[in-house]
Amino acid sequence: MAKMNMLQAINNALDTAMAANERVLCFGEDVGIFGGVFRATSNLQQKYGKSRCFNTPLVEQGIIGFANGLAAQGSVPVAEIQFADYIFPAFDQIVNETAKFRYRSGNLFDVGGLTIRAPYGGGIAGGLYHSQSPEAYFAHTPGLKVVVPRNPHQAKGLLLAAIHDPDPVLFFEPKRLYRASVGEVPEEEYQLPLGKAEVLKEGTDVTVLGWGAQMEVIEHAVEMAEKDGISCEVIDLRSILPWDVDTVAESVLKTGRLVITHEAPLTGGFAGEIAATIQERCFLYLESPIARVAGLDTPFPLVLEKEHFPNLLKVYEAICDSVEF
Amino acid sequence: MTTTKPKTVHSPIFTDGAEFRISTFKLLKQDGSLYKGGKAPDISKEKALRIYRAMVTTRILDERMLAAQRQGRLSFYMQCTGEEAAVIGSAAALDDSDMIMAQYREQGALAYRGFTIDEFMNQLFGNNKDYGKGRQMPVHYGSKKLYYMTISSPLATQIPQATGYAYGQKLAGEGHCTLVYFGEGAASEGDFHAALNMAAVHRVPVIFFCRNNGYAISTPASEQFAADGVAPRAYGYKMDVIRVDGNDVLAVYQATEKARQMAVEENRPVLIEAMTYRLAAHSSSDDPSGYRSKDEEAIWREKDPILRTQHWLKSHGWWSDNEEKELQERLRREVLETMKQAQKRPPPALETLITDVYKEVPPALNAQFEKLKAHIRRHPDAYPKSANDPAITGKPVSTQKGEA
Repeated sequence: MAKMNMLQAINNALDTAMAANERVLCFGEDVGIFGGVFRATSNLQQKYGKSRCFNTPLVEQGIIGFANGLAAQGSVPVAEIQFADYIFPAFDQIVNETAKFRYRSGNLFDVGGLTIRAPYGGGIAGGLYHSQSPEAYFAHTPGLKVVVPRNPHQAKGLLLAAIHDPDPVLFFEPKRLYRASVGEVPEEEYQLPLGKAEVLKEGTDVTVLGWGAQMEVIEHAVEMAEKDGISCEVIDLRSILPWDVDTVAESVLKTGRLVITHEAPLTGGFAGEIAATIQERCFLYLESPIARVAGLDTPFPLVLEKEHFPNLLKVYEAICDSVEF
Repeated sequence: MTTTKPKTVHSPIFTDGAEFRISTFKLLKQDGSLYKGGKAPDISKEKALRIYRAMVTTRILDERMLAAQRQGRLSFYMQCTGEEAAVIGSAAALDDSDMIMAQYREQGALAYRGFTIDEFMNQLFGNNKDYGKGRQMPVHYGSKKLYYMTISSPLATQIPQATGYAYGQKLAGEGHCTLVYFGEGAASEGDFHAALNMAAVHRVPVIFFCRNNGYAISTPASEQFAADGVAPRAYGYKMDVIRVDGNDVLAVYQATEKARQMAVEENRPVLIEAMTYRLAAHSSSDDPSGYRSKDEEAIWREKDPILRTQHWLKSHGWWSDNEEKELQERLRREVLETMKQAQKRPPPALETLITDVYKEVPPALNAQFEKLKAHIRRHPDAYPKSANDPAITGKPVSTQKGEA
């Protein structure tokens, strides 16, 4: 075990994967000698050479198109998009190509080796274009897997699982926690399961569900609620697509209440999908409406970021409201 | 349109485009004298000084605001340092009501058009006088009255928009064009290719102005393209192109002046590639020592575009050391005083969270806002920027004044 922040854990996972398999490649804008604008790919070019870790020209659709081709050829590309806000020029390659490669060819060809990494999320004074959480756009695309880690240990295990997974994976990294989240991480290779949620804390009164950086917000909100005598069960969804309905449903059958939180705007956010499915599965057991604590239905602001953000006070109030309904 | 008949050959002959090697247009030497055979454009003393003052304003604003960022007064900053001649020389060759669509490093063009230090500061601090209502990161300026489209962070998106805007100008028939700035890195985006092709096909009065400053964050131009810069791409679209010394304000001015004439009078889009150097870091979040040498930077510091312009002005007797000293002192004072005022102004009204998403606020968003206001009233201490907002306290709203 070693103490690492999330960037170090991600760098360590990439290093581990590249050392184990020479077909693993890392590329994107500024990922070469510079090691990426956040330094997630530090020293990889120095260690594995320019043919396996390199700068690309500044063209996201090109990066992902190139990665699709590489993956179809049997390589294991890990492509970086510098900010999730800048993934949209590659939307066509991801939604129409990555996601449908296997299906349209009757499994003759696939891009299962592909992993796309992108930092997402707000809380860093990034304004409109360095703060977005685009997971729901991609969750609407069968054929993709969408994964979001919450801390360094999770980041390494889930990223290695994503790289090894036989399907293409979008891996959204909570950049607010890149350096802020520090923890013990095994130095050897390990994988954490994709498509499985994790119950972080058991409780009886209300289930509180999130992913990525929101888990830190939930942790503090739950601390406040527990002081009021509310027993919270906390779940990290970890995979947005496919998502672990059973673990969430089982929890809600027990608590009868569910609060879901994400940074992305409320309308069309992934909480809506979860709420619809859970009310199907748990209708007669629900004691209060499923609550969503999300960003406002606006672009991400700058100066009034705090007001916009689904922060711990808002999550705390939603927990209280759910229990007192 | 040329109608050269394609030649047929009967053996497989490939061409590598080497015949398209593009020369660089230069007029002004570093000492302020003209190259032999070069003829300076016809610029009045008044215009020359307007250009020069904008260059110095940009440099001083950049120096002070980077320092302010380092002191923690500002979250972020981007400097134009080293590229002032490329940006201001080109803006000066336009009509003041031609449209400018910038990337994000072209504050010099705004300074030339007359954006005041106060206007810069209000955006940088995102206060209640910021035209953008505190929504965007620092340096994302915009000004309707100065025909300067508000900056968007995603790269290259403005390039095809410029083609569209200019097509509209052509239909309007008022003799205006659009100039769009972008870097050599952004020119790798698909949007660049779409923009040039559409402009050539539809004969649009647009000037594509590429600031080839050598770096896209850490990525050197040598890793951005294998070709000889961005300029040769114009041939593929049947577009006129010129490469110019970007640190040479006279060459930039003359090239852009001519390009404007071609665009407006003949509906010929033009690509200009200005060869320059990003002397500063990409942004306040970047540290170039990880990817380039001090020696390389020193070479370009010797080619400082502002000094070169100053030498030229002095050779005409249009500028003196005293005037330089006075201008610098006045600007430094103004920047400092204006910064203090801007920093003290309150943040934008809470209501700006939900306005401008649509023309009218939709009912669902209004409901979210009501919920937010109630929440802030319960926890005023947690929201220092909005606890005293009229929407929370119920006191009347003060209106924002000033023409954007």
